[in-house]
Amino acid sequence: MQILVLTKPVPDPAAGAERLGADFRLDRAASPTVVNGNDEYALEAALQLVEAHGGEVIVLSMAPANAAETMRKALAMGATRGIHVTDPALEGADMPTTIRVLAAEAKAEPFDLLLAGIDTSDGMGGAVAAGVAAQLGLPLLSSAASIEPIRETETVRVKRLSAKGYDVIEAPMPAVVACTQALGAPRYPSLKGIMAARSREIASRSLADIGPDVAPPGGWATKVLEAEPPSARAAGRVVREPAADAAREIADFLADRRII
Amino acid sequence: MAPRILAVAEVADGSLTKLSTEVATVARQLAEAAGGEALGLVVDASPDAAAQELATYLPTVIAVTNPAVTSEVVAPHVVAAVAKLIEEGVTHVVLGVTPDGRDVAGSLVGLTGLGLLANADTVTWQDAGPVTHASVLAGKAVTSSTLTGDRGIVTVRPGGVTAEPAASAGTVERRDATAPAVPAAKVLDRVAEAGAEVSLEDAKVVVVGGRGVGGPDGFRIVEELAQALGGVVGATRASVDAGWIPYARQIGQTGRVVKPELYLGLGVSGAMQHRVGMQASKAIVIVNRDPDAPMAEVADLFVVGDLFEVVPALTAEIRARKGG
Ligand SMILES: Cc1cc2nc3c(=O)[nH]c(=O)nc-3n(C[C@H](O)[C@H](O)[C@H](O)COP(=O)(O)OP(=O)(O)OC[C@H]3O[C@@H](n4cnc5c(N)ncnc54)[C@H](O)[C@@H]3O)c2cc1C
Repeated sequence: MQILVLTKPVPDPAAGAERLGADFRLDRAASPTVVNGNDEYALEAALQLVEAHGGEVIVLSMAPANAAETMRKALAMGATRGIHVTDPALEGADMPTTIRVLAAEAKAEPFDLLLAGIDTSDGMGGAVAAGVAAQLGLPLLSSAASIEPIRETETVRVKRLSAKGYDVIEAPMPAVVACTQALGAPRYPSLKGIMAARSREIASRSLADIGPDVAPPGGWATKVLEAEPPSARAAGRVVREPAADAAREIADFLADRRII
Repeated sequence: MAPRILAVAEVADGSLTKLSTEVATVARQLAEAAGGEALGLVVDASPDAAAQELATYLPTVIAVTNPAVTSEVVAPHVVAAVAKLIEEGVTHVVLGVTPDGRDVAGSLVGLTGLGLLANADTVTWQDAGPVTHASVLAGKAVTSSTLTGDRGIVTVRPGGVTAEPAASAGTVERRDATAPAVPAAKVLDRVAEAGAEVSLEDAKVVVVGGRGVGGPDGFRIVEELAQALGGVVGATRASVDAGWIPYARQIGQTGRVVKPELYLGLGVSGAMQHRVGMQASKAIVIVNRDPDAPMAEVADLFVVGDLFEVVPALTAEIRARKGG
């Protein structure tokens, strides 16, 4: 089966160096970049599916030119090839444009399943998978905790996390699946994988290749007016006392605030 | 053109969710500030009770009776109803940040090309449009954002506003379902899991057990403390990954975002991915034996100690004070 995985290069949350630039856009030079965590769960699920059913995993990113290095890590995990949409005119693209671009690229690449992380650690919008599905007129199976393609019926069955547990949902393929951590931890690239990734293709695509009408002529639909540091919390109190005294201190604190 | 602002409500077990009452309040307050009109939408197999409740917040509520949502995922059906209302002149759509709310918002962006202001903690109306205030980059910045056009979509996080009913109740208009433009996945089964059914977002007190709790046995003392405080138990990814507690309890970037009166963290280090889910809590109390744990940066009270000693003592202390 053909599986397309949307992978977004994001600032490494573990480095803790993310910041906004003067234009309130993410300062991409400030922080090392990694594949978005939730996209890695999607990628791992995709790799396991082709290991079981045969086929190909293709990663698709819309990202600045230097993101190809981060895409290599996805290839090192086992993806067959990459498609990198990059164009200066897409810098700071809004959600509708991002969705149109990714949907247009996905349309050019026949697939059975399109997988994406449920949201990204930098934007946290959580709209891309649903938007791409809607643009393509395909069913969306979101909050996925397991993905099971069924050959006979050409459908895909997903455990969708719910407030009470999970729902078992099913739709015809091709379909779009929004993936969660509950799918299981991503693999580390092996040395062999890292070597193999060096020679795998990452096709670079510009706006001209996709069709200029994906970017709105009137500019982005949303804009950031200002960005401020969060209001600082007052410095806390540190308690180093034996357990019984510490417990009383906590209880006093809670009583002061009328929590007990 | 005066704005028409639509609040999209969600139904759980026949009644309106708490977040929906907040979404309705946001829509009404925006419409008041903008000199526009607010309306609400409920799509369900039997929407009447929820629609009546929603009408205590909004002047007009559209109740779409759609039996398909018992056997199909709801989002495409909600999208169809909202798309119709946009055709009829709705300018702004407000939804809650929930799995279904996000699916509906994303689908609408894909279908209509409208701009999305996501994850707002608060929304105000300034000049000609909504301005959303949202925490971004793992809490490192708070941005104010707006739409550049006169229409768009806003999603709001739980707990940003206090739900307030309107001065007088509105009217409910019943409508038939619109066929979805995108295919809806079938629901074959709905499975309830022990321990999953708890509303972390609505809890006043959240007691979180991290890796330091050590195992399912450790969670027993966490549970007892939560009970003594009338709170619910949450978790870090480390304790979820270890299988000590269901994923539904996970707080953080890939879990729930909570904003309780009290967050009590036990054996939690305070990784950024966890903190984005809890740092807006009113009071933060931590018990950790490592005084240098990153949680110290946000804690109001940081107890350096062994949770296996402090927690039972605290539970006893609280029971004694509540009993006395
Ligand atoms: C893509 C991605 C998404 C993620 N999403 C989330 C998320 O949504 N939520 C989340 O929580 N994490 C998330 N994480 C994981 C996160 O980075 C941390 O690994 C996790 O939060 C750590 O959990 P913890 O604090 O329980 O464990 P640890 O970091 O191991 O901390 C345990 C703490 O317990 C203390 N301790 C141990 N024993 C005791 C004792 N007896 N008494 C007192 N203190 C004790 C230790 O001093 C330590 O500080 C994510 C990571 C990635 C990469």
